[in-house]
Amino acid sequence: MKEPYPKSYLYTRIVDAKLFIDAHYAEDIDIDKISAEACFSKYHFLRLFKQTYFITPHQYLTQLKIRKAKTLLQNGASITGACCALGFVSLSSFNKLFKRHVNIAPSKYAHEARQLNAAITANPLSHIPACFVTYMHWDK
Amino acid sequence: MISKLSHVSFFVLDVHSAKDFYENKLGFEVKMNVPVGDKGLWLTVSPPGQDIEITLIPVDQEMMFKPDTSAKLAELIKARAFGFGVFECKDVFATYEELKAKGVEFIKAPTVGGGKPEAMFIDDSGNFFGLCKSE
Repeated sequence: MKEPYPKSYLYTRIVDAKLFIDAHYAEDIDIDKISAEACFSKYHFLRLFKQTYFITPHQYLTQLKIRKAKTLLQNGASITGACCALGFVSLSSFNKLFKRHVNIAPSKYAHEARQLNAAITANPLSHIPACFVTYMHWDK
Repeated sequence: MISKLSHVSFFVLDVHSAKDFYENKLGFEVKMNVPVGDKGLWLTVSPPGQDIEITLIPVDQEMMFKPDTSAKLAELIKARAFGFGVFECKDVFATYEELKAKGVEFIKAPTVGGGKPEAMFIDDSGNFFGLCKSE
């Protein structure tokens, strides 16, 4: 069967690996497991992943965990709860990684998120551009 | 003077289905998800790393549209009359495979030859978008 585009078989395997990371980010996964999932040797997989996504699989996994952490904290999760949900082995490793990537401690981030959520709940219209409030007749 | 575009609106058929599509299939971040009264919802999403907010406005928003307007808009959306823009990515083929694996419907697969590879997909309502490689 003709390939839909050049090297499509390589792309599907790299994407399978990325989706494996997306599904198992909270588990103890390493490069050997991920590359095996894509049926590549470790070094071939590392090279192809970086060529495609411009970051290493480990960097992608870290960025993904930080994004998930921010979402959990925004939605009211405790620091301990977020740490466990993301598969970190210790609170200190979670705190250190979060602060390195977000430039703010997770406790401060969670506090600011709680304050913002409370302000939005108390007065939702003040957090919506006025033109939309008028356009949607929410001021009536 | 205008300094930037902060919000842009996409009309959608169902806001909850749209939230699932943009958040879980396209990987966008939900910036605001604020119930307003009994029936309103202020929902905005953004591509990761961008601060522009895409407001997802349901065409059945009763206070905003008259019933006949709402019906006409819904028909136009289903007929794929609206293309709201072009999204960029680092690799069109990888993004195409990933979005396809997540159930996104493509109306044009990426091709090579004759310039940059580009693809086109539709959201859960029927709005179409281009997908191209960022420079």
